[in-house]
Amino acid sequence: MIIISAIIEITPQLLRGLGITISVLLASAIIAYIVAFVAGLSRVSNNVILNKATGVYVEVFRGTSLIVQLFWLYYAIPMLFGIQLGSNWWTGVIAIGLNYGAYLSEVVRGSILAVDKGQTEAAIALNMSRYQRMRLIILPQAVRMMLPEFGNYTIQIMKATSLVSLIGMRDILYYGDIMRSTNLSQAPLIYVIVLFIYFILALPFIWLTRKGETIAKKGVVS
Amino acid sequence: MSNVLTENKKNSVSLSTEPIVKYLDVKKSFGDTHVLKGINLEIRPGEKIAVIGPSGSGKTTIIRMLMTLEEPTSGDIIVNGKNLWKMEKNGQLVKANEKHIREVRGDIGMVFQHFNLFPHMTILENCMAAPIHVKKENKDEVRERSIKMLERVGLGTKLDFYPSQLSGGQKQRVAMARALVMRPKIMLFDEVTSALDPELVGEVLEVIRDIAENDDMAMVLVTHEMEFALDIADKVLFLDQGVIAEQGTANEVLVDSKNERVQSFLKRFRKA
Ligand SMILES: Nc1ncnc2c1ncn2[C@@H]1O[C@H](COP(=O)(O)OP(=O)(O)OP(=O)(O)O)[C@@H](O)[C@H]1O
Ligand SMILES: [Mg+2]
Repeated sequence: MIIISAIIEITPQLLRGLGITISVLLASAIIAYIVAFVAGLSRVSNNVILNKATGVYVEVFRGTSLIVQLFWLYYAIPMLFGIQLGSNWWTGVIAIGLNYGAYLSEVVRGSILAVDKGQTEAAIALNMSRYQRMRLIILPQAVRMMLPEFGNYTIQIMKATSLVSLIGMRDILYYGDIMRSTNLSQAPLIYVIVLFIYFILALPFIWLTRKGETIAKKGVVS
Repeated sequence: MSNVLTENKKNSVSLSTEPIVKYLDVKKSFGDTHVLKGINLEIRPGEKIAVIGPSGSGKTTIIRMLMTLEEPTSGDIIVNGKNLWKMEKNGQLVKANEKHIREVRGDIGMVFQHFNLFPHMTILENCMAAPIHVKKENKDEVRERSIKMLERVGLGTKLDFYPSQLSGGQKQRVAMARALVMRPKIMLFDEVTSALDPELVGEVLEVIRDIAENDDMAMVLVTHEMEFALDIADKVLFLDQGVIAEQGTANEVLVDSKNERVQSFLKRFRKA
C-alpha cells in the first residue's frame, strides 16, 4: 500500500517533464530524418565534393559520443563564435538530430544501394533521367527497406532525449533527479517509474517498427 | 525449311533503306578481358536480328552498349545518324552528357532476362510510368494504350496485380508490354526466356512472334532458341571470341554454314 501511494505521488511529478521529452523527441527525430535523406543522397551522388564532405560529417558524428557533441554545442559554440543556437531546447534538438541523422544517413545510403541494379537498368531502358530513376523507382523501394531501421533509431532517439536534462531542460529524467535529491530513499522506485514511462513511450515505435518490417518484406520482392 | 525461307522473304527488309543503327569498330574490355574486339554492324528499320554464340562471347554486352548500360571502350555507335556516346562541344567530340544520351536512346527499348519489373507498382503502373514521366504524354491516353498493350500480351484481366503475384512468363509479358508502350523503333531482347520454367517459354515466344510479325520495329534478339531464331530472324549473327564470326540469313548461318566454330557450337547445342 505504501508503494502504491508512493507511485501515485511520484508519477504526476515525473510527468511534468513529459511535454519536454516528447517535444524534444519529435523535433530531433524530424531533424534526424531530414538530415538522413540529405546526407544519404549526397553519399550516393556523383558530386565528389558533396560526397566526401558528407562522408566526413557522418564519420565525425558517428565516431564521437552524443553527450560530448551536446556539450560542445552548448558550451563551446557560444564561447568560440559568440552565438547561441537559440534556446537550450534548440541546442538539444540540434545535437540529437545531427547525431542520429548521421547514423540514419547510412541507413538511407545502404538501402538505396541495396535496390537491385536491374531496377536502374530497366529505368534506363525506359529512358528515365537520373532524377526520375531516383524518385520513381529507387527511393520508393529503398524507403520500404529503411522503415524497420528508422523505427529502431527512433526508439534510440527517444532514449537519447534524456540527455537534455544535462543542459538544464526539464524533461522526465530531470524531474526524477530533482525528486531523488530531495528524497534519496525513494531513488530505486523513482527510477523504476522513469524507466517504465520511457518504455510506454517506446511502445508505439516498437509497434511501428514491426509494422515497417512487414511492409519492407512485402514491398521489394519482385 | 523451304517454307521458313519464304516466310522470311515476306518480312525481309529492303537493303536500300538507311540503317537506323551502326556499330563502327566497337570494342569493349572489362579490365584486361577484351570482350568485344571490333564489332561492325548495321541494323535497318524493321530488321529482325538474332544473335547467337557461346556463353561469354559478348552477346549481352553488344546490346547493353546500345541501351547505354555499358560504355564502349572505343569505336562509335550511331543511332539515327547521331553518335550515342559522344557529342560535339566547341567543335570537338567529347563524352556525351545525360541530356544527349537521353535524346539519342529514346527510340530504343529493352527486355531483360530477369524481367526487372518495378515491384512497388501494379503492372498497369509499370506500363504507364515512362510514357507519362519521360515522354510527358497525356495520362488518359497512356492508360488506354497500356491497357490495350497488356490485353495484347494476355494480361488484360490482371491490370491491378503486382509483379510478385504473377508467374515468370506473365512477368516477362508485362515487361514486353512496358517496353512496347514507349513505341521504340528498336527493341532489344536479352535471353528473355532463359530464366523461365520450360513450360512458360512458349507463351513468351508467342508474344515475340506476334510483335515480329505485326509491328515494324527493328528487333535484336540474343537467344538460345535456335528454332525460333530460324523462324523469325532476317539475319543471324554468330558471335565468337569477341567478333562476329559469321553472319547471314538464318538458313545461311544455322543450316548451311561451313564455319567450323558455328558447326561445333550448333552440335554442342543440340546435344544439350
Ligand atoms: N560488368 C562486367 N565486369 C566484368 N566482366 C564482365 C562484365 N560484364 C560482362 N563481363 C564479361 O564479359 C564477357 C562477355 O559477357 P556477356 O555477358 O556479353 O556474354 P554473353 O555472350 O551474353 O554470355 P551468356 O551466353 O553467358 O549470357 C564474359 O566473359 C563476362 O564475364
Ligand atoms: Mg548474356
